[in-house]
Amino acid sequence: MLSHWIVAPIILPSLMAPLIVLAARYDMTLQRILSLGATVALVGISILLTVAAAGGTVEVYELGSWPAPFGIVMVLDRLSALMLLMTSLLALAVLVYVVGTDWDRRGAHFHALYQFQLMGLTGAMLTGDLFNLFVFFEILLIASYGLMVHGGGKLRMQAGVQYVIYNLAGSTLFVFALATLYGVTGTLNMADMAIRAQSLPEADMALLRTGAAMLLVVFAVKGALLPLHFWLPNTYVHAPAPVAALFAIMTKVGAYAIIRVYTLVFGPDAAVTGSMPGDWIMPVAVITMVVGMIGVLAGGNLARVVAFAAIGSMGTMFIAVAAFTPESTLAALYYMVHSTFAAAVLFLIVDMVQSRRGTCGLQVLPPIAQTGLIASLFFAGAIAMAGMPPLSGFLGKLLVLDSVREQGGVAWIWGAILIASLIAIVGLARAGSQIFWKAHADETTDPDGTMAAIPAQPVALPVAAVLGLLALIVAMTVAAGPVTDYMQATAGQLYDSSAYIGAVMGH
Amino acid sequence: MSLALIAALPFLGALLPGIMIRAGRNTCALATGSVTALALIGLLLHAPAVLQGEVIQTQITWMPLLGLNANFFLDGLGLLFAGLILGIGLLIITYARFYLAKSDPMGQFYTYLLLFQGAMVGIVLSDNILLLLIFWELTSLSSFLLIGYWRHLPEGRQGARMALAVTGMGGLALIGGMLILGHIVGSYELTVILENRELIQQSDLYAPALLLILLGAFTKSAQFPFHFWLPHAMAAPTPVSAYLHSATMVKAGLFLMARLWPVLSGTDLWFWLVAGAGLITMVMGAVIALFKDDLKGLLAFSTVSHLGLITMLLGIGTDVAAVVAVFHIINHATFKAALFMTAGIIDHEAHTRDIKRLGGLRTLMPVTFVLATVASLSMAGIPPLNGFLSKEMMLEQAADVGFFFGLMVTIGAMFSVAYSLRYIVHVFLGPKRDDYPAKPHDPGFGMWVSPALLVVLVVLIGLFPNTIVGPLVATTGGAVIGSTDLPYYSLALWHGFNIALLMSVAAVALGYLVLRFHPLFEELWNDARRPEAKEIFDALIDLCARGADRVTNLLHDGAMTRYLAIFTASAVLFGFAAFMGGTHGSGTRETLPMSVVPIIGWLLIITATIVTLMVHRNRLLSLVMVAVIGLIISIGFAYLSAPDLALTQLSVEVVTVILLLLALHYLPKETPVESTPGRRIRDGAIAGFAGLGVTGLLYAIMTRDHDTISWFHLEQSYPGGGGTNVVNVILVDFRGFDTFGEIIVLGVAALGIYAIIDAALRGPASRRLANFKPDFRRAGDRHPMMMVVATRVILPVALTVGVFIFLRGHNEPGGGFIAGLVVSIALLMQYMASGFTWAQKRQRFDYHAIIAAGIIIAALTGVGSWFYDAPFLSSAFDYYTIPPLSEFELASAIAFDVGVFLTVVGSVMLALAELSRIGRHTSVSVNKDAMDIDPRADTPAAKVEGH
Repeated sequence: MLSHWIVAPIILPSLMAPLIVLAARYDMTLQRILSLGATVALVGISILLTVAAAGGTVEVYELGSWPAPFGIVMVLDRLSALMLLMTSLLALAVLVYVVGTDWDRRGAHFHALYQFQLMGLTGAMLTGDLFNLFVFFEILLIASYGLMVHGGGKLRMQAGVQYVIYNLAGSTLFVFALATLYGVTGTLNMADMAIRAQSLPEADMALLRTGAAMLLVVFAVKGALLPLHFWLPNTYVHAPAPVAALFAIMTKVGAYAIIRVYTLVFGPDAAVTGSMPGDWIMPVAVITMVVGMIGVLAGGNLARVVAFAAIGSMGTMFIAVAAFTPESTLAALYYMVHSTFAAAVLFLIVDMVQSRRGTCGLQVLPPIAQTGLIASLFFAGAIAMAGMPPLSGFLGKLLVLDSVREQGGVAWIWGAILIASLIAIVGLARAGSQIFWKAHADETTDPDGTMAAIPAQPVALPVAAVLGLLALIVAMTVAAGPVTDYMQATAGQLYDSSAYIGAVMGH
Repeated sequence: MSLALIAALPFLGALLPGIMIRAGRNTCALATGSVTALALIGLLLHAPAVLQGEVIQTQITWMPLLGLNANFFLDGLGLLFAGLILGIGLLIITYARFYLAKSDPMGQFYTYLLLFQGAMVGIVLSDNILLLLIFWELTSLSSFLLIGYWRHLPEGRQGARMALAVTGMGGLALIGGMLILGHIVGSYELTVILENRELIQQSDLYAPALLLILLGAFTKSAQFPFHFWLPHAMAAPTPVSAYLHSATMVKAGLFLMARLWPVLSGTDLWFWLVAGAGLITMVMGAVIALFKDDLKGLLAFSTVSHLGLITMLLGIGTDVAAVVAVFHIINHATFKAALFMTAGIIDHEAHTRDIKRLGGLRTLMPVTFVLATVASLSMAGIPPLNGFLSKEMMLEQAADVGFFFGLMVTIGAMFSVAYSLRYIVHVFLGPKRDDYPAKPHDPGFGMWVSPALLVVLVVLIGLFPNTIVGPLVATTGGAVIGSTDLPYYSLALWHGFNIALLMSVAAVALGYLVLRFHPLFEELWNDARRPEAKEIFDALIDLCARGADRVTNLLHDGAMTRYLAIFTASAVLFGFAAFMGGTHGSGTRETLPMSVVPIIGWLLIITATIVTLMVHRNRLLSLVMVAVIGLIISIGFAYLSAPDLALTQLSVEVVTVILLLLALHYLPKETPVESTPGRRIRDGAIAGFAGLGVTGLLYAIMTRDHDTISWFHLEQSYPGGGGTNVVNVILVDFRGFDTFGEIIVLGVAALGIYAIIDAALRGPASRRLANFKPDFRRAGDRHPMMMVVATRVILPVALTVGVFIFLRGHNEPGGGFIAGLVVSIALLMQYMASGFTWAQKRQRFDYHAIIAAGIIIAALTGVGSWFYDAPFLSSAFDYYTIPPLSEFELASAIAFDVGVFLTVVGSVMLALAELSRIGRHTSVSVNKDAMDIDPRADTPAAKVEGH
């Protein structure tokens, strides 16, 4: 009976979203119940699927009963299950936060868009078909656009337009890439393409490589690799902060796609591309990390600081991706899960700060309500993000450092990672002390207590959401052994693609 | 008690003070103290075994993949440090209880303190260097919190950030060094590493590893040139200074050097780096300390100096020197912590730490005077106190190195004597003053008991060194040099007349003279121009921050055109580079002969494109041109025997153009000139390359034969999918899941449009719209009768056509998507012809509901197959005959297609409704009835404004 559960993460939100529009569009409480219920169920299903995938079998679901490569297949392996679990946990935390802060009342259709967004994400992580991946990219793009401009406002609309145009350009290139790949290999199924790419005549190699390269550019846009990251900073800064927290997963979709396609179809053993993907990603990953962390130091605005920290963390993760070895992919996966939660925590805190200060600029303002609580949450989030111990960021960073030791230019890579960490630490410390400490310097200059008049806000649900995410980070730290074991098995499965191909193609 | 538990206790206990503060400050301090006491007892229970030479170990597997395990071990060195940390910790906790003011959040303080304590204990007990790194960084973080504890003080904030930046940098370097070390040895276990001296020192990576590790140790232990953060960390409350910045944290670097001494020391590189840095630090710190008027500043630099001294001893590299280093670590911890506490007492009681404002406290604070004097004399190296013992041994070791070393350390010792005496003479002796900020008096017992205990130790160790610390020094020394075979040394007050005694006497005598002429030297010192580390550091950080801001802003200037140019250029570059890396053979497929129709189409499409480029600033006109291009593409599909695509493309074009026209109505009709000619040339070049690239790609693909999966679709369309129109069967069956996704995209787009416009109309945009003036002359006859009548007549016909297209879709060109578009166009025409209000009145279904229903129907069709135990969206079909009709087919795909149909109609109509909602927000009048005449007909727009 496992079989139908594989598509449940896609079908559930895709049914729940229209149901919310159809039946609950005039009642916020009902929307919340349906949306939260669906997301809780999604977490449950994801756990079930993760447990199922842990055994190592690759489960294939043939939509419409059409066998691969002629129909579309969903494939559940350890990587997909891991991505699903991460997505659903993040989604639940963010949704709780949104409900707790009434963000969903600030515009129309929040919950429907949210569920559609989840559908796009889960679909992208499960599909075994490249064109279907394109479709899910479209779903998550259009839904994320709706979420991004949720609540409206001039700056948000401007950033939204840039976001959607940039990503549509990416989608266009996606179609070109797909057309090229289909034109050469005659298939859209990833497993089938992997087989066909092996036995292609020599004369087709250049075209196939071109297709693979264009696809890499598409995924790099999603993954916010320099110089294709331009959609990210303004989007994260101007999107509603809880939405930005959810968007922590968006870049990971790009990373997921790169890991999937460039281990399965154009893996390190594929003669046609060889080490091309890794050779290209490595330098830009280093640059991405450095530029991201420089952005953290640049400061100016807490949301911007966090957005650039997110870019920097993508760079760090892609360094591990680029090495394309089982060890490095394990490091990349661990760092990916960690950095997703860490970025989300920080974005939620950005929202807490902004809703109390009225701005997330770093200028000195009198202390905010509940400053102690929020400051400690920020401290924890910043530690995680900067990769300081004792949280999983440090372990992730160690894993990344450890896994690239056989790479060429390892001294440069290590140096860059460590220096980037230092920049991030200094940048985050500056931002945090500006907001949470320097505020107290002005207590004497705010004698009438204008800021103190801002009432404390309900914090139970929002804080529960943040603490929940932090608890996940702590769990990843404490249970680092079992977690990395699972990820090691995941990486092993990725580099031994015969099981995947066999399952899909029915050998 | 398990070692892991000893290290974990302070962390676990860190929760207590935060809670217990609610029961009062005494309870809070007591709870904190008992946590530390418990850990200390646990440690001391191991002491007898360790002193007999045993090594105690605990192992917990954590992350075996990485080689990171929670392994702890306890030998002499660990015992010494852990004892210092926990023992002095206990005293500090007592002291802090009375030091902190009522308004200070004490619970927070003790929490931070315990976190720090746990991290420190962790460092000294770790048997795994990765674990050690974790604790190492944790001390940086917890000290950040402790230094910044008084968050309203700018010195606290800046000092905290500086300490974090410097020690954080060292910590990161240490990560690199440790990873290299682990790489050389092949293990991260300290006990394993310590056995591989040859392997490490012969490795090519020895030098980088050593440099990085020393960077970590030097920053932590404030060695030149990283010493500058320590004095600024003194902004912390005095208990913190006493604990972190004299007794424990700053010794972490020393601990590390001592710990790795067996494998790293003994090389020239080690000697020059470690002994050199130590010597410079020692002398420099001592000199600066003499000229500090702030009591804590004086003590801070004296700490720097003594840390340098110990570093130098470790750097010398002989076994004896290492043992002496250990001995001095013990002595320094006792007298320096006591001194910091007396400084805190003076500050607490006299409300100032400025030596210039103090003096004559001898009779006012007799207890403090005695404590401070004994500790100071020990620091100066006066017999019979413990400072004298280790200083003598140190002088001897330095003299053994060579004349220069001997001379330098004598100078350092001289200044050391001078500032130590100054602490006594300028603070306690001299005349009583009448301008103290507060009336000084001795504090309560609780505050002086801690330093008093330490001072007792200072004296006892001085008098009976072998009894009190002999075994500890021996065990620790053995642990440092990595052998039980200890060199000869003697802990005694009297070693006979030797060179060390001579140097010592010289230092004391000269030091006294220096203090005598202190005002003179001070003048010289103040006139000298010195680089101020803090200013340099601040300027550097500021420069970096501003540079970062510049770089970031320069890179992210917000210009969409630039972002897209970079994107396109990247795509072209990477695509081209990839192409060049592979072999390419041109296609072998026969090309079709040129005929008239394609040539005409080709010419048209080229012309339309060029015209679009030429008129692109006129938005309406360029929209028309784009529509022309779309039309030709539709014709192209039809010509290439793809009627389904042609129909779809055609109807999509119509709907898009109508909606775009409506949207453009509220936007400026011209695109302003925003880019320079240079940029236009650049963008043109990029676009040209991209276009050529795509053309080349298309040509290459279309001129080759390839083996695709489409044969299966053609073969299975009828027998497997129940339809002869393979395009439709692909859409609703073979790849129905794609279609399901695409209708969701369409539906979400419509919902998104609704949400955006809904939000916009509630914002300032609504007010702008209210002032909207049409910028075109308006037609008097907004809803021409001819058109109204025609559309109404056409409607039933169009709907029938829609149904027809829908029904035949499975076998002939058509289907739900096209039908949806056709019906939408028919409805759009009604709205356009008769006005939105009129048409809307006759429409009962909410568009949101139509979209939602469409998606749900499609999804449920898919779910339906679960009941037949088939995967999602598996189709079923069969043929039925109901007389008198001929045989017809019912397929589940039709239900799916209904969903597609509804979603398309709903989405298009919702988009239209939202556009018209914008219109209703303007001041322009809206018709209520069809076929109405605008009373302001044919008046120019300018005049309309007058109304």
